[in-house]
Amino acid sequence: MELKLHIDGENVTAQIDRPGESLLQTLRDRLGRTGSKNACEQGECGSCTVLLDGDPVCACLVPTAGCEGRDVKTVVGAVPKPVRDAFVACGAVQCGFCTPGLLVSVADLLAREDDPSDPQIREALAGNLCRCTGYEKIIDAVHHAAEASR
Amino acid sequence: MPEPTPLPTPTSNAVGQSAIRADALPKVNGDFDYASDLAAEGMLWGHTLRSPHPKARIRSIDTAAAEAMAGVAAVLTAADVPGKRTYGLIEDDQPVLADTMANYQGEPVAIIAATDLDTARRAADAITVDYEVLEPLCDPAEAVRRGEYFRHQPLQVGDPDTATAAVVVAREYVVGMQDQAPLGPESGLALPRPDGGVDLRVATQWLHSDQEQIAPCLGLKESQVHLEMAGIGGAFGAREDLSVQVHMAMLALATDKPVKMMYDRAESFLGHVHRHPARMRYEHGADAEGRLVYVRAQIVLDGGAYASTTDAVVGNAASLAVGPYEVEHVAVEAWGTRTNNPPCGAMRGFGGVQTCFAYESQMDALAEELGLDPLEIRRRNAMHQGSKLITGQVVQEPGIDVPNENAPFSPLVDLLDRFAAIPAPAIPAGRDIIELPGGTGNTTHGEGVVRGVGYGVGLKNVCYSEGFDDFSTARIRLELVDGEPVAYVHTAAAEVGQGHQTIQAQIVRTELGIDRVELLPVDTKVGSAGSSSASRQSYMTGGAVKAASEAVRELWATHDLADGPIEATREFRHRPTKPMDPVTGQGDSHVQLALCVHRATVDVDIELGLVKVVDLTCVQDVGKILNPIALEGQIHGASAQGLGLAVMEEMIVDAGVVKNASFTDYLIPTILDMPPMRLEIVENADPAAPYGLRGAGEPPTLSSTPAIVAAIRDATGLALTHVPVRPEHLTRHLVRQP
Repeated sequence: MELKLHIDGENVTAQIDRPGESLLQTLRDRLGRTGSKNACEQGECGSCTVLLDGDPVCACLVPTAGCEGRDVKTVVGAVPKPVRDAFVACGAVQCGFCTPGLLVSVADLLAREDDPSDPQIREALAGNLCRCTGYEKIIDAVHHAAEASR
Repeated sequence: MPEPTPLPTPTSNAVGQSAIRADALPKVNGDFDYASDLAAEGMLWGHTLRSPHPKARIRSIDTAAAEAMAGVAAVLTAADVPGKRTYGLIEDDQPVLADTMANYQGEPVAIIAATDLDTARRAADAITVDYEVLEPLCDPAEAVRRGEYFRHQPLQVGDPDTATAAVVVAREYVVGMQDQAPLGPESGLALPRPDGGVDLRVATQWLHSDQEQIAPCLGLKESQVHLEMAGIGGAFGAREDLSVQVHMAMLALATDKPVKMMYDRAESFLGHVHRHPARMRYEHGADAEGRLVYVRAQIVLDGGAYASTTDAVVGNAASLAVGPYEVEHVAVEAWGTRTNNPPCGAMRGFGGVQTCFAYESQMDALAEELGLDPLEIRRRNAMHQGSKLITGQVVQEPGIDVPNENAPFSPLVDLLDRFAAIPAPAIPAGRDIIELPGGTGNTTHGEGVVRGVGYGVGLKNVCYSEGFDDFSTARIRLELVDGEPVAYVHTAAAEVGQGHQTIQAQIVRTELGIDRVELLPVDTKVGSAGSSSASRQSYMTGGAVKAASEAVRELWATHDLADGPIEATREFRHRPTKPMDPVTGQGDSHVQLALCVHRATVDVDIELGLVKVVDLTCVQDVGKILNPIALEGQIHGASAQGLGLAVMEEMIVDAGVVKNASFTDYLIPTILDMPPMRLEIVENADPAAPYGLRGAGEPPTLSSTPAIVAAIRDATGLALTHVPVRPEHLTRHLVRQP
């Protein structure tokens, strides 16, 4: 089946041949948009977090077949520069596999809350696993990004 | 002779500064290529059929139905391995594909290449394997009795039988099987070459070891197997052993097409080795003042079906069995068993983690018996300058200008004393429930919640031990680009996320006094760098990069770059070590020792068995800080993995079968599980090491686990001899009265 999607500001046509194909598979394997990562494909790790019509979702849990005409923003299109810069400057990136999903979640948090507290940050990012950083530098980065964005 | 150009100095990002990692920008922009992101024109997808049985004889494999499926390009079994049938990091015992026997659940039996992953998976389902299911050996103690082990390492100093102690504590400790759980799955791309060889792009910790193991299995010369590093999504030991490498190369050679392989999460759990689960019986005797008199320890580490690095893990467990304490009489026996459980090998901490949980628990038990403060009992037993490890190796801790014969410097006491200035946090007034155990589960408003504080000390060896000829290679070319000197650095060292490449660039900037440093692709076109493991890359490849830089600097002093580039290649070796004596365990076996101390503060809901770690404070001696921000990230991350082992991470293996191969069932710490961390980083330099550094990536993994468990004991009064501590360990004494 053929679907029209709006991905990171572009109109994109995707051909899929299985009704159960996930948005993550479509992005990565059909469209070559590998910015969103595939660490568990069970909705547990958050590495594939994208904004679907503005709401954060795990792309691995969303059937592409239900995305006709919808707006998808990945790490490429969802994340303001101050957020990316803060992750770089604060050492919040190590192996970086969780980073695209985390950045999308942070972008979503900062769109709702311009000066989040530590507990607010922890709650907002609880669905994004990181195995490298112990999360300290990520919290630093969110505060820096919030300050830079205000 | 022209006047040599004076050396400039770098304007920024020298050793000691928080240089920004070069790969951070592509990583935040989503255009960094991880191994799982690779693709090639016309590529096929590879998939692996694995044994569902922990032990089974393979009577026959029928691949006809799979081969007949549309889109299937190749189905290969053990009979199709072009060269040697086995490989291994230390022992050559792991079959490329199981031949007549499958020895663990998840052992590869057949491999498939197809036009897409779904077809390859369906083809795997269409393969019929006739298994004769056999009784697996799953009990490590039984394996010891049957003589089924990869290594038995005894260690004897003095004679515990002659020692008399005022207090004795004897306990048995259990450490569950931990998984490295790197977020990036095992992946790679194999590209056949016109000359009959193969190019591999993989995420691995040691390119040259892979090459050495892969080529003979393919029946190729090493020069025909070229490896280039693909982006690595974490490693932590999981990428030391081969995974997809030989399989995708076989499929690429058989089909003459590029082949990509990528495990899903469940397969990843089955497709790499884990941290050895351990059963340890410890007996500590001390005098009335709390000074250790003797230690007896029996340590059984389960290596599972194949050797992997069990040999070296057992060596670490035995040599570090009592931690950084002085003991006159010691008897240790350590085994690495061979069973039908999942193979175990390298994970951050490498044999040091298991024993650390046991010996630190024992120190606390002694302190409790004697009514001593946990810090005080550690001070009274702390090793110092001139102390001997239980292997007989003399502790040389430099950094003190005036040695004092009467009070020799103790690097451990130095760390312990620093906690006085960093008090444990007080219980805040009016806590939100989100800060309590159970969090937003709204399971308590503070009733039943008890606070506890505990300490843990870890002692870790840095670099490879026991006489291994360990080296790393660096090649540096300096040339003028647009009139400015630019250094091109070529090594084979794996950037697993730790920031090693940034450290390389900082070293070159510092040694050559230049700003522009370019890192060439990490591949097998330069000599081996060894593995990104054992906390060794700053020491070893850092040392090689420093040595090559110094050689270039010397040439530069008499050479004008306008006349052409300068190039130097250097191999760097640490001082030689010795094997452990197979009977007494004695030997100068370690290159460098690193110490780390954690203090954990926990809140425990003693009615529900829920634990919340509210603070982790870490004091670590790193010799020399090369990059503060990267170093802190290493300490945070290592501490988090220790927290995971303390309270949540365990692969559940029942009769050889893994029960929780997913992130739904195998839990790793989330941002809600990790407390705020406070660090005090100490620089007691090691003059034998480049810049005086000490390997830093592993030690916090050792000490955070026992610190957290000690804090839970402090809160609950329970003995807690099993990690991870589960809710039922905390509540099973609460028997409901009829």
